Amino acid sequence: MSGAPFIGVLALQGDVREHVGALTRLGADSAPVRALEQLDACDGLVIPGGESTTMSRLARIDGWFEPLRSLRAAGVPMFGSCAGMIMLADQVLDARPDQETVGGLDVVVRRNAFGRQVDSFEMDVDMPVLGERPFHAVFIRAPWVESVGQGVEVLAEISAGERAGTIVAVRQGPVLATSFHPELTPDDRVHRYFVDMVESRVERSRGSA
Amino acid sequence: MNEQVGTDRVKRGMAEMLKGGVIMDVVDAEQAKIAEDAGAVAVMALERVPADIRAQGGVARMSDPEMIAGIMETVSIPVMAKARIGHFGEAQVLQSLGVDYIDESEVLTPADYANHIDKSDFTVPFVCGATNLGEALRRITEGAAMIRSKGEAGTGDVSNAVTHMRKILGEIRKLRSMAEDELFVAAKELQAPYDLVVEVAREGRLPVVLFTAGGIATPADAAMMMQLGADGVFVGSGIFKSGDPKARAEAIVSATRHYDKPEIVAEACRGLGEAMVGINVADLPVHHRLEDRGW
Repeated sequence: MSGAPFIGVLALQGDVREHVGALTRLGADSAPVRALEQLDACDGLVIPGGESTTMSRLARIDGWFEPLRSLRAAGVPMFGSCAGMIMLADQVLDARPDQETVGGLDVVVRRNAFGRQVDSFEMDVDMPVLGERPFHAVFIRAPWVESVGQGVEVLAEISAGERAGTIVAVRQGPVLATSFHPELTPDDRVHRYFVDMVESRVERSRGSA
Repeated sequence: MNEQVGTDRVKRGMAEMLKGGVIMDVVDAEQAKIAEDAGAVAVMALERVPADIRAQGGVARMSDPEMIAGIMETVSIPVMAKARIGHFGEAQVLQSLGVDYIDESEVLTPADYANHIDKSDFTVPFVCGATNLGEALRRITEGAAMIRSKGEAGTGDVSNAVTHMRKILGEIRKLRSMAEDELFVAAKELQAPYDLVVEVAREGRLPVVLFTAGGIATPADAAMMMQLGADGVFVGSGIFKSGDPKARAEAIVSATRHYDKPEIVAEACRGLGEAMVGINVADLPVHHRLEDRGW
């Protein structure tokens, strides 16, 4: 598989296997990233779903925040789903006051915004960058995007019902984030979109080298 | 399509998010805070930890809703609570409180010695214990969205957790190696639905997350169980019945995450003070063993 970009999945905790599975199905080279040294090899990084309070705590204990910020500053594409979105957001509401994030995504995210587990749900959302067919999205104790800064592209909003207009997918340059879990459904279009982001950056940097 | 709540995907998906984590038994808000600070991925709210249930005897029931609600207000991580086996009334109460997961648990005194709760009736997801693959698949058929090895709760003796985890995973390996036309008899012998048996044989794993529980008391216990193939760890009495709960909680979290790095586990084990006293499972009279509860 020479030439395929390496996309790591941050394995502090959470549904790492599902992301690795989706990326591998798409032909990317993917593996869990469990040690800091592995970050150097990453052409792209996924921060998976999980429990954001725990993930943030583990990241701090084991010294991941600075290396992750350096990776992001270098322009390496990152994709966060659910807890991963929280980890990438510049500001988080309804979290513990000491919850630290990697940042880089100029958004305000509200944790568990849709409610507790009994309120978790699945529904179709329109995500035009993936084409006309709606994406079947799974929301688990999910956050939503409360507000976005300049330069943040809104990729999906809930289209119907009492929460119509709620922002659930965003992109800012090389950073992609979803409130929902595309890794839990067989539809690989969100991962395809991310792999394309990674591949085009790899090609650009090869071209300039 | 309209929004759907309480689907299998949403229930099983919730457990996927807990993988690689430690779920800790807590009896009050203060312990819940210690657990969250230590990096627990969820807490299990209950009135008495298994070691105390064992010591004090009597009928063990669902905890006081006020205590559970207090814990839910205190921490931001998910909160689980236990209902008695077969006690759908307790489960309904817990669901109405908004707990994130219900453990239909052999640690409490069973309410029904024949039937488990019909878990598919609920929006809230359930975790259930199992000692073997057939038992795990029967629970999944009833709607369980997560399985844990039973082990022997409240003992601090990890041997039964090992036995059950090896048994479940060994039976899965055996299914994988079988010819398709042998799976009919395998389903009969496992006393589990044929379709589920075929799915496990094809995928090589359960369709839900498999945690370990029942006797995990030290960081090395947690690291071993993860290496045996657990997706994560429940620690009951092991933390708050030990000499230094905060340090032990952090150490077990660290060992669970770095389970394949003995030098980090060694660091986690250092100077932890006393582990819970412990009871050898072999010394327990058979009728005091919890693993036999559930059918």
